[in-house]
Amino acid sequence: MPHDVSNTSAKATTPGGLNVAVLVSIGRHPLTARTRRADQDARAVEMALTLQSASVSLLHAGQQDSENEEAIRGYLGMGIDSVNLIEQKPQADVIPALAKALRASAAQLVLTGTRAETGEASGITPYLLAEALGWPIITGLAAVEKIEQGTAVVLQALPRGKRRRLRIRLPAIATVDSSAPPARQSAFGPAKRGELAIHLEPSAIDEALGAWHIQPARKRPKRLKIVKASSARDRFKAAAAKADGGGGQTLTDVTPEQGAEAIFKLLKEEGVLR
Amino acid sequence: MLDTLLPILLFSALALAAIGAVRRVRLWRQGRPSSVPVIKGLMQVPRRYLVDLHHVVERDKYISHTHVATAGGFVLAALLAIVVHGFGLDSAILAWVLLAATTSMFIGSLLVAKRRSPPPSRLSKGPWMRLPKSLMAFSIGMFIVTLPTAGILPEGVFQEGLGWIAALVLAAVIVWGLGEMFFGMTWGGPMKHAFAGALHLAFHRRPERFSNRAGGEHRSTGLKPLALDDDRTKLGVEVPADFTWNQLLGFDACVQCGRCEAVCPAFAAGQPLNPKKLIQDMVVGMAGGTDAHYAGSPYPGKPVGEHAGTPHGPIVNRAGGALVDAETLWSCTTCRACVEECPMMIEHVDAIVDMRRFLTLEHGNTPNKGAEVLDNLIATDNPGGFDPDSRLHWAADLNLPLMADKREAEVLLWLGDGVFDMRNQRTLRAFISVLRAANVDFAVLGTEERDSGDVARRLGDEATFQSLAKRNIKTLAQYRFSRIVTCDPHSFHVLKNEYGDLGTPETPANYHVQHHSTYINELVVAGKLTFKAWKGGSVTYHDPCYLGRYNGEYEAPRDVLRALGIEVKEMARSGYRSRCCGGGGGAPITDIPGKQRIPDMRMEDVRETGADLVAVGCPQCTAMLEGVVEPRADIKDIAELVADALIIKTPDDKATQSKPAPAAPRTVLEATP
Ligand code: SF4
Ligand code: SF4
Repeated sequence: MPHDVSNTSAKATTPGGLNVAVLVSIGRHPLTARTRRADQDARAVEMALTLQSASVSLLHAGQQDSENEEAIRGYLGMGIDSVNLIEQKPQADVIPALAKALRASAAQLVLTGTRAETGEASGITPYLLAEALGWPIITGLAAVEKIEQGTAVVLQALPRGKRRRLRIRLPAIATVDSSAPPARQSAFGPAKRGELAIHLEPSAIDEALGAWHIQPARKRPKRLKIVKASSARDRFKAAAAKADGGGGQTLTDVTPEQGAEAIFKLLKEEGVLR
Repeated sequence: MLDTLLPILLFSALALAAIGAVRRVRLWRQGRPSSVPVIKGLMQVPRRYLVDLHHVVERDKYISHTHVATAGGFVLAALLAIVVHGFGLDSAILAWVLLAATTSMFIGSLLVAKRRSPPPSRLSKGPWMRLPKSLMAFSIGMFIVTLPTAGILPEGVFQEGLGWIAALVLAAVIVWGLGEMFFGMTWGGPMKHAFAGALHLAFHRRPERFSNRAGGEHRSTGLKPLALDDDRTKLGVEVPADFTWNQLLGFDACVQCGRCEAVCPAFAAGQPLNPKKLIQDMVVGMAGGTDAHYAGSPYPGKPVGEHAGTPHGPIVNRAGGALVDAETLWSCTTCRACVEECPMMIEHVDAIVDMRRFLTLEHGNTPNKGAEVLDNLIATDNPGGFDPDSRLHWAADLNLPLMADKREAEVLLWLGDGVFDMRNQRTLRAFISVLRAANVDFAVLGTEERDSGDVARRLGDEATFQSLAKRNIKTLAQYRFSRIVTCDPHSFHVLKNEYGDLGTPETPANYHVQHHSTYINELVVAGKLTFKAWKGGSVTYHDPCYLGRYNGEYEAPRDVLRALGIEVKEMARSGYRSRCCGGGGGAPITDIPGKQRIPDMRMEDVRETGADLVAVGCPQCTAMLEGVVEPRADIKDIAELVADALIIKTPDDKATQSKPAPAAPRTVLEATP
């Protein structure tokens, strides 16, 4: 059935037609742990679908089993005809396979969620991919405003509702978090009829991952924030307050090297790097 | 001259009618196939007409008399006219009968004319306004031409002098009458309802809803399951031709009497829905064209003439402007008031849900909170997205017996999603105290229970409904119980009437299901409960749609109230005419705006009775009616009223020994607010 897409407010215009690839993963419901389409990835698909005259292709690297298939079909239900499923072993490092597929696909823009809901969920995949492909990466994509002559003008979401306009060179990778518009409903009919195009790829086994011992996270008690407020206004202010990090500095008009230097220094101070 | 002209007129009108009939049948046959017993169906028509249809028509005595006089007169007159004037049978007796029939028809047409001067707003105008005149033309014309045959006027009066002119005038009148009555019947005039209506009765999609000689309950309210595993067919109804052919036939039978409009809560609330217009729009779609000729009340807030459709064009466009707008379909509370009132036995709710199925399953376009609720149902088995393991948290102190431990019980208590709602928890507590007071052997499914699927199904998500239902059926199959009792009429209806279709030979799903009011009534009749005298103020009772119209249970709740010593002050609209609270069919979820809110209107009905308290029997009704701003009557579930009035007998020693911790009577005291 036509899941007609053209009606949703489209902001970008691309005369030549833009190739957008969306990387999708298996999601997991936070309460019941049932597999589902991952929220952020679904938002990435939503963003791709609202780009005018973009041809959208979906890519998933992982295993094909009935539970995963149901989750993947969740994306198909948004009105996508097929998903490319690169079959990989459970212990595989999917970066090489994804990089290879993306290089072959002529995608100009790659969208994906910031962090997966299953697996390592470290949020590092987009960075590793960007590194492997040599493409720029932008995080927290809120909207694509314009795409012309190999560059895209996009809005990046910053904390507390701020937005920053950026111009990036394509091809590029962009990650989407929950500040992007919510995903459309996944409809049962198209989900059931959509195609899973399966590609077999050799798996690059991730030795380190194999050595890991994985166990369910233990719930830690949350520290209660005691708000001593006498008026509704104070309570509101306390509830809406920014977590105070204290200190910090804003660097403007610095060269990338100086910026990197500053970050490096900070990481050393904090003991992240030794 | 008339002797030669009349047969020609009669037979050409009949021939044209036959051509029209073929065309009309072809319009219906555009629909999807649906097999019906043809001969058996046709044989049933007289009974279905005289008993079932008449039962509905008779609620309006005036129009039922009118219809008997007019339709009876017409059918007889038409048959005799063919014999007497068509074939020229010169029988004075038949002629006299024909005179009597046309007289009856004439009187009927006078009554029709009176009802229409001026017409109440629910009636359609336009071509319908000429109907009484056409009826008169036919009856008067036939009457006069029959006078010579009956020997009242000399033979041959119409052949010389003035008679010639009279004959010409008479011929014109008869042409008009025949045109409306024969030609119009199959070519789409107001009389179409007779032709389509008779066939609709014969080939109705729910033959179960008609009575038979054996008597008994005849009700058919469960939605029909949708086959989900066929990959090629689209799910639900996208274009008019996606309805089954007998549904299309049903739409064509509508007489535009507007009874459905008059009872529709969404229409009264100013939401963009009018069941009559919806049915007419389906007719427009089936034949192709625009709704510009529609001469009744529009969808509130939507001018007539802006929508058009074709048999194979979409009914709903995302951008609007097709045959109907999506809001129209989402305004319906599935209260079935329209179906209950429709003299032509049209199934509006089936049609609305069919179209919703397409919007949800194929378009993925359930409005407002719809998508979220469906996602929650898929991921957590409850519409609120709560942790399914927390289903029994509210009852932590009640020590409810679990089916998983007991394996069997007399009563399986189906709690419903009300467990997540603090207001409904009070009702459930009250009902449990009643069960304990009557020493009922019961158990609950606890965390094994899931949403019944009611809301998913009415939002058009048949897939989620079937998934929930099948898993519930599997759970239920593990245990032995003799009945299911629930405080939620929606779960009640679905378990009782809709799970059956999804059972398998290994796990049949035909349960004995009861609403808590029915079960309490049984306990009362069996003398298991004793009550204090009622000391509260005056009380009225609100019939939940899914208990009353869907399942015919009007008496048990009233009997229970009577047993409590309460005399129910009935609302003007009660029993089968009860007005919906606005909570059904996912309407609070899709939340289509109107001019006022349905629950406000219902509380206004309550206010008119002067009652201080309205007794309810449904968590949805409780929530909707309690959401109305004060000052208003209090709202209490029947279970709460019963629990409040219980006289607890002194605790049975043996019972307290075997179950020391939460002795049953203690709980009762705690539960009473
Ligand atoms: S649908 Fe039924 S109740 Fe409504 S106008 Fe038509 S015949 Fe009357
Ligand atoms: S079911 Fe109720 S709300 Fe829906 S159209 Fe009929 S009367 Fe109106």
